[in-house]
This record gives sequence, structure tokens and C-alpha cells, in this order.
Amino acid sequence: MSNTQETKPTPHPTPTADVKSTGAKIADFASDNGALVGLLVLCLGMFIATPDFLTPNNLLNVGIQASVVAILAFGQTFVIVTAGIDLSVGSLAALSAMVAAFTGQSWGMPPLVALLFGLLTGLAAGMISGAATAYGKLPPFIATLAMLSVARGLTLVVSNGIPIPTPSVVTWLGGDVGPIPMPVIVMLVMGALGWFTLNRLSIGRAMYAVGGNLEAARLSGIPVKRVLVTVYALSGLFAAVAGLVLSGRLASAQPQAATGYELDSIAAVVIGGASLAGGVGKISGTLIGALVLAVIRNGLNLLNVSAFWQQVIIGLVIAVAVGIDVLRRKRT
Amino acid sequence: MSDQPILTLDHVSKRFGSITVVDDVTLNVNPGKIQVLLGENGAGKSTLINMVAGVHEPSSGQIIVDGHPTRIPDTKASEALGIATIHQELQLVSSLSLAENIMMGRLPRRFGLVDKGEMYRLATEALTTVGLHVDPRMPAGALGIARQQLVEIAKALSLKARLLILDEPTASLTKHEIEHLFGVISQLRSEGVGMVFISHHLDEISAIGDSVTVIRDGKFVAEVPATTPEPELVRLMVGRTIDEQFPRRATPPQEPLLSVEGLTRKGAFTDVSFEVRAGEVLGIAGLVGAGRTEVVRAIAGADSYDTGTVTVDGKPLSKGRIAAAIAAGVGLVPEDRKAFGLVLGASVEDNLGYVTLMSSARYGLVDRRGQARRASEVAQRLAVRMRGLGQRVSALSGGNQQKVVLGRWISAGSRVLLLDEPTRGVDVGAKVEIYQLMNEITAAGGAVVMVSSELPEVLGMSDRILVMSDGRVAGVLAVADADQPTVMSLAVKEVESDRV
Repeated sequence: MSNTQETKPTPHPTPTADVKSTGAKIADFASDNGALVGLLVLCLGMFIATPDFLTPNNLLNVGIQASVVAILAFGQTFVIVTAGIDLSVGSLAALSAMVAAFTGQSWGMPPLVALLFGLLTGLAAGMISGAATAYGKLPPFIATLAMLSVARGLTLVVSNGIPIPTPSVVTWLGGDVGPIPMPVIVMLVMGALGWFTLNRLSIGRAMYAVGGNLEAARLSGIPVKRVLVTVYALSGLFAAVAGLVLSGRLASAQPQAATGYELDSIAAVVIGGASLAGGVGKISGTLIGALVLAVIRNGLNLLNVSAFWQQVIIGLVIAVAVGIDVLRRKRT
Repeated sequence: MSDQPILTLDHVSKRFGSITVVDDVTLNVNPGKIQVLLGENGAGKSTLINMVAGVHEPSSGQIIVDGHPTRIPDTKASEALGIATIHQELQLVSSLSLAENIMMGRLPRRFGLVDKGEMYRLATEALTTVGLHVDPRMPAGALGIARQQLVEIAKALSLKARLLILDEPTASLTKHEIEHLFGVISQLRSEGVGMVFISHHLDEISAIGDSVTVIRDGKFVAEVPATTPEPELVRLMVGRTIDEQFPRRATPPQEPLLSVEGLTRKGAFTDVSFEVRAGEVLGIAGLVGAGRTEVVRAIAGADSYDTGTVTVDGKPLSKGRIAAAIAAGVGLVPEDRKAFGLVLGASVEDNLGYVTLMSSARYGLVDRRGQARRASEVAQRLAVRMRGLGQRVSALSGGNQQKVVLGRWISAGSRVLLLDEPTRGVDVGAKVEIYQLMNEITAAGGAVVMVSSELPEVLGMSDRILVMSDGRVAGVLAVADADQPTVMSLAVKEVESDRV
């Protein structure tokens, strides 16, 4: 058990990492980046199965398909790193997009202001979930489950159950810049912001501490409650961005948009190597996780596999991916 | 009783990858004898007993049970051979009843349903063997650590264990509880149960052991009688003589740094007042449950309190606010470092940097260079033994983990350190290093409050000793006027009458 790994009081420990062969280094890399290796193997398999997979057009399609889930999942990564979970992201995506469309259409707000309203909606709703968790002591599962229902309901209330056309700037978010689709660009920008937050901001590093051992973090003076409110607020904000991109793609905010996406976002995060127990998780892993899901869906579509079977296959992929990860961690 | 050992580990070794953790160790356990296993943290004791418990199989060498070479591939096999291991971390499920814990996995059944009457009868029988007369319907979590330990032993005995392995059973017990435990152990010995006993408390060895096997760095060092004098045992264990167990260098006390006035929280502590001067070590002694941990946690802002004031350097602290306490220079090294002190999955560097993480940030950005520099400086100063700052803190030995928790405060420049059982589960060598660090802190004008259940440590390292009993200050002694009997008599004052 833990004692087997205790360091010996030898004055000159030999650094074993320096003497490893190139082969061993590659093996280490593969074992450390299981999700990436999985993604590459998957792409190779798809390429062999159907030549249509590796065309520039199709790859951009994969990018678009991945983008909304990836953006949601970046936000979800913050939450899962703190050992929480956010079930409300799909509903918040729909609500934020709807608020942007509604304020643009019915209140006649300028497009940029309408966009801002959409973003603030996600942020505020996330803060409420965070406060309910941090101060109200509700378990994250319950707080965000409640928010899932409230936000979806509000989306229907605001829209009266009818889709609303999106403001111009939102439609632009769903369009293309030259050959590159905007959703892919937004995904990369949000990924970069997510990475920066987790790795360069002190509050990001604090998220890992809170998820790893909340009490130790608290006793070290880390403002645990502020950290928790921040992660749910960020998750809400990222959900809003995802919702805007999704509605922009369709040029209208749909009341039932992004239903069930919270589960895809959680799947992307855990395929990317994060642990629901907290303290572990990376934006790069999450991106890979979202791409894995998108490649599977895309490939199965190209292969004409029915949508019903696709669900079955995706479920199995999640189980296998996380299972491999658990085994790998056990070995080290 | 035959003279044949119940268990022999015959030249066993265990390698993990290229690292040899146990190297050619031989150990015999005879019926009705207590074999003490002695070694520093990281010497390989746990790996050795894990071989017997069925957690690891030896890479080479043999396990011989009752004269027959045997394999113990898993814990079930170990149990079937009559071997029971009481781990340091207790394995009881605190929400289940004592009876369910004791009978777990073999609940008596009737008509396919659990036969509760029979279950309670068997559990009561098992509890009686260890002298526990409590209701078996009671949840295990309602008992203190000491009695939970006895419940584990009761469970082992009800499994017809002939060989008990006790991994630091006394680590969190008070003197009185230890005496009771030793009574039970002696009784079992006279009934022919063989035992392997692991402890860091050298004085317990002669009190309970028959013979001592010493290992160091995974290797067998010596087998000596339990009557061997302590300094000789220490020499065998660490491979050198430790001149002073308690190297306290007193510094002349200066102006008061921390003062506590009338601190009260209902049900935890009442009217606690004391003062600690710069350059001083105040030891807080008392029985487990006397409110010592609660008081230091309240001072550090970890918990709130009802009335009273805490003043640092003349400025009052607002209650229940950790950030305020830290800003005033107060640092708490909590009692249970794994539960409250460390983020086990994170690196040494991260763990060293949590206190300064937020305060050193500029515009919200991590001060990466500063954090790395502070971590490497403090790791060097505290001689943290590790492969590198990036190593996971969970891979360090207990003593080095404790240095990391302490280092976090040193690196933040804290001047008032509240150390709650700072040397629990820490080996002799690291203990002395922690004591020396306390000297450095006081020499630099800091103050130390040390809560400890180890009286020799309190007497050896404190300048003054505050004794708590039942949530109150029972007395404050200058170290020159204190000895074990005076401290103990204060610690038990009033306890008998007030407790339910």
C-alpha cells in the first residue's frame, strides 16, 4: 500500500527518469496520454474503414460537431476538478441562447448587448448553483439538478415554446471565417482560456487543491467558498458560450436545444482523464474527450450505423475509456 | 504448546520494479509470544506485514506457516490461515452496528434472513473477550478510537485468529487506554496467540514485547531481546546514535506574541486563557478529548467559538476566519495530516505552496517562479527526502509528509505555529528534525504551541506546559516543576466526576 512507495533516506537517490531508453519514454508518454493515443487509434480505424473520413471537409465537420460539447466540457472540467458535477450545463446553454435571442428580438436590444445578456444569464445561473453548493451546503448533484430543471423551464417560459431567431452577432458565431468554421475557433479560444485559468491563475491552482482535499485547502487559507462559486459561475459562462454557438449555427434559439448535453460534457471530461473524485483533470484531456465523442459519431454516421446503435456504442466507449484509465492509475 | 513457530518469513524480499523494499528479511513468530517489529518509517515494515496479510506476495523467499511453506495470494487466504491484521487506519464501517462490523461477511442466517438474535449473541461474546461491555447494536462510529481498536481485535478473535498483527495500535491512544489494550494483549498471549507488534514507542517494547526484530532500509539488522536498553534499540534502528532525543534549546522569552482570553465554546472548551511569548514553546498536555485540538483549531480560525478573544502581536483576531489568522502570522499543523493537512494526489511543490498561493499572486496570476523558489528553499532547509519537488506527496514517508505541512507555514513566514501532535507516526530521525525546527522558529522570534499526547515529548520540548482537562485549563507548569506524575494528575482532574 502507500508505504511501499516511501522514499528511502538514501543521500543520493538515483534519478531513474534520466536513464530511460527512447522506447520506454514513448511507452511512458502513451501511458500518460491514453486518451490521445485512443483518439489517434480511433482516427486511424475510421480512416481504414471509410476513406471519406480523412477529407478536410469532414474533419471540419468533426470540429463543428465537437465544438459545443467541448465548450460545455471545458466549463465542466473546472467543476469536476473540485470534485463537483454540473448537471445544468445543457439547460443553461439553451436558456442563455434564448435570453440573447429574446432580448434581441422582443426587446430590440442591439445584437452585442443581447449577446452580453446571454452570457450574463449563464454566469448568474452558475453563481446561484455555486452559492447553493458553497454556502447552502447542497450537494452539487442536487443543486445543479435543480438548476437543470429551473433553467429548462425558464427557457420554455421565455420562448413560449417557440424558437426565436438569433441576433446577427450570434448568427455570425455559428458561421464561417473563410474556410474555418467559427464554432471551431470559439472552441479553441475557450479551451485556451480554460487552460490559462487552470494553470496560470491562482484560483485555478486552488481548484485542484479544493478537489484534492477540501479541508486541507481550507486550513491553508484557500478561500474554498469563493473557489466553488467561481467554478460553477465559469461553468455557467462556458455553457452560455456553447449555447450561443449552437443557436448561431441554427440561426435560431430552440427551447429544447442541448437537451442531454450535460451527460456528453461529463463523458468528455472523464474520457479526458479527470477523476470524479476531484483534484485531477486537464483542459487538453477534455478537448481530446470531446473529439473522441465527435469522431465516433461522425465515423458511425459515415458508416451508416443507426443512431440507436450509436448510443449503445458511445456508452461502451465511455465505460472502456474510463476503465482503462482506472487500471492504469492502479498500476502506477 | 509446541515450539514450532506459527509463522516464519524465511529470507523474504519484495521488489517493486527496480526498487527493493524488503531485502532478505527473516522473522519468526511463536505461539504465545509477542514479536516486536522495529524500524523507521520507510524501513519496509508495512510491506513485510502486507506479505503476511496477503496484500503482496514476496518476490523471493518463503512464507512458512506451521512448518509448511505456504502462499498467501490474497487477504482471504491470510484469514483462512488464522492470521488477522489490525491496520493503523481502522477498517470499521462507522455507520454500521458493532455486531454487523464484527460479523461482516458471515452474518448468521435463518430462512435466508439475517438472524439478528444470533448475530448479537455472537458479537457480545466476541466483545467480552476483549473486555468490552457495550451494546452490540451501537454504531461503531459512536466509540472512540481506542475502543474501536478493541472491536477490531474482537473481530479478529471471533475469526479464530492465532496470529495477530498489530500495526501501531497505540499511536492514537492515551496512557490509560494503552494499559487496557496491553491487558488484553497479555491475556491473549497467555492463551497462545502469537503477535507481531509494531510501534514507534520504545518504552512499550519492554512493557509488552518478548523479542525484537529490527529492520533498516528493508534489510534485517538484528533480533534482540525486548529487554534491550532503548538507546541500543535506537542505534540499531537508525544505524547511528542519536545524542539527544529532545534537543530543546531554550531562548529567552520576549514580548507576548499570542494571548488567548476566556475562550469558550459550549461543549468543547470553557474559559481557556493563556499567553505565549516570542521565543517560547508552550506544550499543551491532556487526555484525548480534553479539548486541546478544539482550542488550537479555534485560535487558527478553523472553527468558531462563543466568547473570548485571541490576540496576536497586540491585535485581536476576528473569530472563525482562517484568512485573518494567517495574515496575523498564525499557522496550524493539524492533527491528522492525511485528512486535514495534505492534498495527497498533488506534488510536494503544490503542497508546500498552498498558504502563499493566493497571497503571492499578482492580478490573479500564480507567482510561478516565486512559488517554485520558495518550495525548493524550504524543502532543502527542512531536508525533505524526496525524488524531486514534482513527486506526489503521498509517496513520502510520514516524517517527510509532516515536514511538508510544516514547510508550508515556514515558507509563508508564520510566526505563531500551532502544532497538533506534530510527531505522530513520525520516525525517530524525523522527530528530532522537527524538534530542531521548533528551536529554529523560537530562536528567530517565533512562538510554538505544541499539543501532544506523548508526555516525554511535552516534558522534553516545552518551556511551559499547559494541562487541559475536560475542556478547561487544569494548570500551567514551568517545565522545571513538571514531571509525568504532576502532569497526569492535572490531566485527570475533574474528569471522572463530570463525564457521562
